[in-house]
Amino acid sequence: MKQRLVQLEVLRYNPDTDSEASFQRYEVVCQDEWVVLDALNKVKESIDPTLNYRWSCHMAVCGSCGMMINGEPKLACHAFLRDYEGVIRIEPLAHFPIERDLVTAPDDFMEKLKRVKPYLIPQQKRSLDEGENRQTPAQLMKFRQYSMCINCMLCYAACPEYGLTPKFIGPAALTLAHRYNQDSRDAGRAERQEVAATHEGVWECTFVGACSEVCPAHVDPASALQQMKISSSIDWLKEHLMPWGSK
Amino acid sequence: MAKSHKPVVWFPFAAGGTVIAFCIPVIVLLTSMAALGHVPDGLGYERMHAFAAGALGKLVIFSVVALSLWSSAHRLRCTCFDFGLRADKVVATVLYLAAVAGSVATAVYLLRI
Amino acid sequence: MSRRPLVREVPPTSWFFRHPRYLRYMAREVTCIFIGAYCVLLVVGLQRLAAGQASYEAFLAALRSPASIVFHALALVAAVYHAATWFNATQKAMPVQVGEDFLPGTVISGAHYVAWVVLSFVVLFLAGVF
Repeated sequence: MKQRLVQLEVLRYNPDTDSEASFQRYEVVCQDEWVVLDALNKVKESIDPTLNYRWSCHMAVCGSCGMMINGEPKLACHAFLRDYEGVIRIEPLAHFPIERDLVTAPDDFMEKLKRVKPYLIPQQKRSLDEGENRQTPAQLMKFRQYSMCINCMLCYAACPEYGLTPKFIGPAALTLAHRYNQDSRDAGRAERQEVAATHEGVWECTFVGACSEVCPAHVDPASALQQMKISSSIDWLKEHLMPWGSK
Repeated sequence: MAKSHKPVVWFPFAAGGTVIAFCIPVIVLLTSMAALGHVPDGLGYERMHAFAAGALGKLVIFSVVALSLWSSAHRLRCTCFDFGLRADKVVATVLYLAAVAGSVATAVYLLRI
Repeated sequence: MSRRPLVREVPPTSWFFRHPRYLRYMAREVTCIFIGAYCVLLVVGLQRLAAGQASYEAFLAALRSPASIVFHALALVAAVYHAATWFNATQKAMPVQVGEDFLPGTVISGAHYVAWVVLSFVVLFLAGVF
C-alpha cells in the first residue's frame, strides 16, 4: 500500500480563549486510498487530541462531517486524498457560526427544518386496521429523489444567498417541503406554503444552482425550488386574479 | 409571515427570460449585420414600417420589447443586491419604473406607425 | 463550557470571487445589463421608425459607428449566453414525468435548443437574409 505525507491546513477556533479563528498546519503520513476524514482522525490520534470535528458513519450516510475542503463544501468521508495535491485547506462549513474548530452550530437550519413541517400531513387520520397507504411507482418517483437528503447542510454552505441573507429558509429545508408536497399521501401543502411562499422562502432564491452541484446525495434542491416558484406563482394568480378558482 | 407578492414581478421576469432566450440573439444578429453595413432587406424602412403597421407586428414587437425590458430590470435588481447594493426598495422602484417607461414609449411609438 | 459561536460575515461586495461557480452565476446575471441596454436601442429604433424614413435611415447609418459595432458584439455574446443558461435551466424548472420515469433533462433542454435554432432561422428567412 502506498503511503503519502499529507499536509493539512485546518482552521481552528477555541471559544474559551480565541477571539478569531486561525489556521494550523499539520503533516501526517496517510495511506493513498484514505479520505480527508481518515487524515483528520490520524491527526487527532497521533498529533493533536484537541482538534474538534464531527463525524459518525464514515460512509456518506449520516451527514455529520460536512466541511469546506479547499473552499468546496464536502463530506470529509467522501473526499479522497488522491484527488488533492499540495496543502489541503480545511475549514468549517461556510455560512454557519463556528462552535469550535471544524464544528459548526446547526441551530438555524434545525429551526428552519421544523418550520417547513417535513413530515406527512394526511387529509384524514388513518387507523392501523385500514391498512397501509398505497402508492404507485410513478407516485413514488415524483418525490423519491428529494427524500434522499441527509441534512448535511453542504447546500447551505454553497448557497451565497443564504450567506448574504441568513433569514432565507434555504435549499434543504425548502426541498424537503417540496418532497412532502409531491407525496400522494400528503395534504399539507397549504400549511407549508405559509412558510415556503414568503419572501424568506423560495423568493430569496436566485437560482445560483450551487446547492445541486455540491449535494452528496444527488438531491436537486435548485430544481425543487424553481418548481416551487412556478407553483407558488400559479397559486398567487388563482388567489388574486381568479378568486373563484381558489378553494 | 405573509405570503409574498413576488409572483407579480417574477412571472413577467420568467416570461421575459424565455422571450430573450428565443428572440433576442437573432434580433441582435440582424442589427449586427446592419452595424456591419449589410442591412437585411427586412430591416429596410419599407418592410419594417409595413411590419410595425400591422396588428400582429405591433403585438410581436411590443411583447418582445416590454417583456425583455421587464426581465432585464428584475434581474438587474437581484444583481445589484448580489454586488452589495442593499437599498433594494429604491433599486427596485427605479428599475421597474424604467422598464414600464420603456414599454409605454414602445406602445406610443407603435401606435404612431 | 461556554458557548460562544464565531459568526463569519460574508463579504457583500466580493463574495463571488470565492468560487468559479459564483463567477459563472454573476456572468449570467450581468448579461441583463447588455440586454437591457439593447432593448433601449430597440425602443430608440422604433421611435425613429415612427418619425419617418429619413430619420430611420439615419438611425441605421448610426449603427455603423465603431462603438455600436463593439456594443453589438457584446450584446450578442450576452444574449447567446443568456439563452444557453436559460435553456439549460428549463430541465430543472419543468421536469416532465412520462409514466414512472422523468424524461432525461437533456431531452427537455435539447428540445428548447432545437426550437431556438428553428425559430432563429425562420426569423432570418423572414428578414430576407437568405
